[in-house]
Amino acid sequence: MNKIVECRMLTKVFDNQAKALDQVNLDIEENRIYGLLGRNGAGKTTLLKLITGQLFPTTGNVSLFGKRPHENEALLGNICFVKENAFYLKSFRDLKVKDVLKMAEAVYPSWDCSFAEQLAVCFRLDVNKKTKSLSKGMLSAAAIIIGLACRAPLTIFDEAYLGLDAVLRQQFYNTLLQDYTENPRTIIFSTHLIEECKGLMDRVVILEEGEILLHEDMDKINEKSFYVAGRRELVEQHLKGKCILHTEEMGRLVRMAIFDSLSDIEQNAMRLDGIEIQPMPLQKLFITLTAGNGGGENEQNAAAV
Amino acid sequence: MLLSGDSTKPIYVQIAEGIEDEILKGNILEDEQVLSTNQFAQVYNINPATAGKGINMLTEEGILFKKRGLGMFVAKGALKYLKEKRRRKFFEDYVLKTLEEGHKLDFSSEEIIEMIRGWGGKNE
Repeated sequence: MNKIVECRMLTKVFDNQAKALDQVNLDIEENRIYGLLGRNGAGKTTLLKLITGQLFPTTGNVSLFGKRPHENEALLGNICFVKENAFYLKSFRDLKVKDVLKMAEAVYPSWDCSFAEQLAVCFRLDVNKKTKSLSKGMLSAAAIIIGLACRAPLTIFDEAYLGLDAVLRQQFYNTLLQDYTENPRTIIFSTHLIEECKGLMDRVVILEEGEILLHEDMDKINEKSFYVAGRRELVEQHLKGKCILHTEEMGRLVRMAIFDSLSDIEQNAMRLDGIEIQPMPLQKLFITLTAGNGGGENEQNAAAV
Repeated sequence: MLLSGDSTKPIYVQIAEGIEDEILKGNILEDEQVLSTNQFAQVYNINPATAGKGINMLTEEGILFKKRGLGMFVAKGALKYLKEKRRRKFFEDYVLKTLEEGHKLDFSSEEIIEMIRGWGGKNE
């Protein structure tokens, strides 16, 4: 698999504050869809900005398509960074949507004009309106249309759906998947709507306090995320040596959240001992993994998943 | 007990059946307290009213009873009652389903009975 992004010991410190990103090593493989997850302030946007050359690393290296991303004009047409509030610049405010789309067409060699038009109809976006008169949802729609129609080899959606209603978000996910099948490219999806987006993700990266907590294939994560419940001594006996993320005690009973593989034989043996096993959804795994940091109180919150 | 969001069974039914199962497995004994509505709500992240609905189903059947100011407890005779109740459904829920699947795979009823005889238990 080709790597299109390579981060080595990437560290970013803003104004001598805590490290926003701390010695991150990350490879992004070509033509896969990445889900980038993390709590507020975990470093998601910092990482994405470093990858796309919008920020300089304090230490460490980034390579994008084998080159340095900073001040590298040749790379611009290969990357698309869709974020919330994409048209904040004054110079954009008086432009009509169709003019913004024309600008995007000039930037991206792989731009598909008819796809963009089709998307505008799909998202009910009036291209004759000026961007300053668009609602929050329609601003997001305009940005998403650019993100889709540009077909950039690396397309990043950073919380791009803000303000979009549930129907349009679903339409966005469906369109993205369909177009990705026909025109494979690398997509990084940074999101807080984990359950909603998990179907899209092929690989998951979880950031926590500037470090990578987890980087794994979605399928592998699903094969390792379980809730196990039953009599405490039996559960403990069966899960000996397994990676237990959280334990909740209820009288003689416990419920444990684990991140480890359980073979069919192990699962059957557990069921015979009256132990229940259930897959743990990605969002619960995320909460269990990231809510625990920062003291006992938060441990309790993690239990409530 | 675990609740499943994907199940076609409503959450309150899952709560009721989950408590029944724990009583049957001997994990909650008669006269012992079960989790309160609010504890269920917290542990399983569900609406307290939903948890309450499940617990109410069991109080109406006399499996749980309320001690004023203390909470919900397992009634005397609940285990016996539950066993009888589940035994009545055992044939339909388990035996018939096993036979159906077995016949689909061309096992005769005789062969299935042999399998059950031949399996001495999990320790053998």
